[in-house]
Amino acid sequence: MTYSYYKNMQVNNIIFVYQGEVTAELVSSILHMMENKLDGDGEDKKIKKKVFNVMVECLQNVYHHLDTLEVSVDDTEVNDRTALLMIGKEEKDYYVITGNHVLNERVAALRSRLEKVNSCDKNELKNLYQSILNDGELSEKGTAGLGMIDIARKSGQKLGYDFHPVSDKYSFFSLEAKIARY
Amino acid sequence: MRSLIIEPTAKTPKVIMNSDINVFEIVGRSIPEDSVGFYRKVLDWVDEYAKNPNAHTNFKFQLEYFNTSSSKCLLDLFRKLEKMYKNGHDVVITWHYDADDEDMEETGEDYKALLEVPFELVSI
Repeated sequence: MTYSYYKNMQVNNIIFVYQGEVTAELVSSILHMMENKLDGDGEDKKIKKKVFNVMVECLQNVYHHLDTLEVSVDDTEVNDRTALLMIGKEEKDYYVITGNHVLNERVAALRSRLEKVNSCDKNELKNLYQSILNDGELSEKGTAGLGMIDIARKSGQKLGYDFHPVSDKYSFFSLEAKIARY
Repeated sequence: MRSLIIEPTAKTPKVIMNSDINVFEIVGRSIPEDSVGFYRKVLDWVDEYAKNPNAHTNFKFQLEYFNTSSSKCLLDLFRKLEKMYKNGHDVVITWHYDADDEDMEETGEDYKALLEVPFELVSI
């Protein structure tokens, strides 16, 4: 059993996977651990910085924006604030994958933001970033709507995403960012 | 006026705001979840300082990492310095970045493009 987990993670090039509640402390711990891992692997400083930056934005994006899933367990309503966080290293890329529940009513806006970001080239992303930075007000969560754009800029690649319908109220939103290793 | 000194943590930078010795620095990492809470103290301090600033003010930023929620707070801070400059005070912002850190250089350029205050990019 344990061996099959190990092999499964190994063939899928997974360094780290977490499923559970996302807290600020957890995000700190993961960043600390991954930074040590990148240092230990002797990763190029430039790549390391990009990976770290993308991790920060992806993990904090989940922390700030996941929607609490209301589920009933033994007829009791409980709030599920769990998410999936995954970091891997393939031959050509590092990747950061996050997965969390979002309310269906938010899906259209999220999808259109991601489509917009993916339609931009490097220069357009720079302009979009500057204009939102300049005009955008901070949301009540202290985020500026810049996260996705920043991830796309640092990643240098298109973002992968998916909305998997879970119920009439929720979808499972997954986001994948890649950072080229050279 | 009273100095503002904040020691660095894994997620927040070292802050030195000392008008007596004319040192104004934010150095390190700025990746807190609650950037607004962190920068409020700095913004409040600068508001006070702006009432009676020194003859010359050089604000030094040297950030290793920063998240997008900090980026908005930094712009708010730069706007305050810009206002001081426009009110006739001698203010310079210096943005220090690692020579091989293109992203941090580019971020400096983003700010420079948005601001009307002397903003120098310094490669280290």
